[in-house]
Amino acid sequence: MDAITILSSLLDGLLIGFVYGIAAMGLNLIWGVMRVINLTHGALIALGMFGVYLLFSGLGLNPYLALILVAALGLLAGIAIYYVAIERVINAPHLSTLLATFSVNMIIIGLGTAVFTTTPRDTGFSLGSIRAGPVTLLGTRLVATLITLLVTGLLYAYLYRTRAGKSIRAVSNNRAAAELMGIPSKRILALSFGLGTMLAAIAGGLIATFFSFTILSGSVYELKSFIIGVLGGLGNPLGALLGGLILGVLEGVLPLAMPNTWVPVIEFLLFILILLLKPNGLLGGKQ
Amino acid sequence: MKRWLNPGFGLVFLFVLGMGLAPVFSKDAAAREVGFTVLLAISMATSLNIITGYTGYVSFGHVVFYGLGGYVGMYLIDKWNAPLPLAVLGGGAVAAVLAFLLGKAILRLRGAYFALATIGINEAMRTFVSNFAPFGGPTGIELQFSVYKPYGGAAQALWMTYYAVVGIAAFSVVFSYFLKTSKFGLGLMAIREDEDAAEVVGVVAPSAKTLAYVLSAFLPGMLGVLFFFKNGNVEPGDAFRLHFSIETLVMMMLGGQGTVMGPVIGALGYQRLRGVLLTSDVKIGALPLKDFQLVIAGGLMLLIILFIPAGLVGWLRQRFARLRRYLV
Repeated sequence: MDAITILSSLLDGLLIGFVYGIAAMGLNLIWGVMRVINLTHGALIALGMFGVYLLFSGLGLNPYLALILVAALGLLAGIAIYYVAIERVINAPHLSTLLATFSVNMIIIGLGTAVFTTTPRDTGFSLGSIRAGPVTLLGTRLVATLITLLVTGLLYAYLYRTRAGKSIRAVSNNRAAAELMGIPSKRILALSFGLGTMLAAIAGGLIATFFSFTILSGSVYELKSFIIGVLGGLGNPLGALLGGLILGVLEGVLPLAMPNTWVPVIEFLLFILILLLKPNGLLGGKQ
Repeated sequence: MKRWLNPGFGLVFLFVLGMGLAPVFSKDAAAREVGFTVLLAISMATSLNIITGYTGYVSFGHVVFYGLGGYVGMYLIDKWNAPLPLAVLGGGAVAAVLAFLLGKAILRLRGAYFALATIGINEAMRTFVSNFAPFGGPTGIELQFSVYKPYGGAAQALWMTYYAVVGIAAFSVVFSYFLKTSKFGLGLMAIREDEDAAEVVGVVAPSAKTLAYVLSAFLPGMLGVLFFFKNGNVEPGDAFRLHFSIETLVMMMLGGQGTVMGPVIGALGYQRLRGVLLTSDVKIGALPLKDFQLVIAGGLMLLIILFIPAGLVGWLRQRFARLRRYLV
């Protein structure tokens, strides 16, 4: 095994890691603000994939333009899901929000399976590849990385520079106190949930530009998002990006040392270990 | 011994036993298959109720015990020619040991962290078993047809697994009731309401939780062996299906978590609904209703969680205070 193989696996892993990161960021944002583990996450990722696929293959729209539309729809879908399924149970024990989001997941996956069936889809979109010295990088993955960085930057600007973003942070810090300061907490919760699902839809759309998928593919990325979320610290959006990079690099490099099928075993063991030893994530402080 | 005399308990016990024995007397193989599914669901939901309903720890990984137990039992039957009862006990025992080891580690986590850890454990186990050569890796274990011979052929073996599942279901209800009404059960419910307060009044929470986890794990371990023995083969995807865990949670919740009757009623209701949806001829547009099975089940579940979160039995208990003594 030479240095170039390792380097190119590493770079491949890093690029995928950014997309994993943005998927997990959505999950983390929702957990951080409202302490809800969103089990519709995978379904929204799958819808993002189909959104980009249908707009590109059906209407011939450029996938990255389609992504903007998909992001907007993801935001609206999240707000709708919040008002329908979560608002009533937001203060109930965890089981209620877990099962409420899971039933929405069942509805989306059920409709999706009935309409789209489970045959694999592929956008067949390509941007060629770029040679940087000895390694070759796929154009679609580079663009996906750039978009991820852009979205992360925008998200942080939104959370730290705008009034709505500051309200989101206030609600996540202390909902009761935020309400006493006149912040409409329900609307802020709905908005945060929408932002979380928007990130899921964007991640799905980006994945669709370089992998084939079915309506059920979202659940794979949902599980990865759990791992990443825990790696980076649940509730910490920037940690999610770091966690995504770690997972991406592991997926890039581990197959060089062991059979491919052992990689998820390592990932899930890592997940359990981090939960047990550092439940606040690698970046988190003491419990 | 007065606990035996509670009419609510008597009713639910006789109901499960009667429903289980009906196909035995009618010798109806189709009714037996339906009965097997329902009784399996009842035992799964009842055993999950011990850790989630009584103790308050939401487990998304209940199926890990079912899958691992099933694998161990199949391995014993296939490789060592173990008789079925021994394999069933072996599956249950290994599941219990796994729960003990896991319990020591993950029951320290509370709330959603515990739920996430159980998902992780199930996935770790599934991916590990897919790589584990003695268990057949990704293709799993397939039984030779000859293993059914000592039981008088495959048809007779199906009846044997059925008797066993009737026994386990009836036992699970008795076990669940006596656990709930015991001092230990009260301790578990104290943990559910407020773990720190429970410790202050003398419940040794870490050992009580671990024991509850072990008690909830051995039945799924045994059931897994029966199911996969009847099925003839076991694969990682079937054995550790996360969706099955969640269905079990839903069944428990439909009827009412933390009650003895709830998981029984919930499992029966959920399986009946599934049966109706799967066999219905009604069409929506161009698509048959069974394509919408998941949508309808999800919609119904959402309505129940939003509007009757305590489940049917829990709702009745709130509504009719006088009946509380009987609605165990």
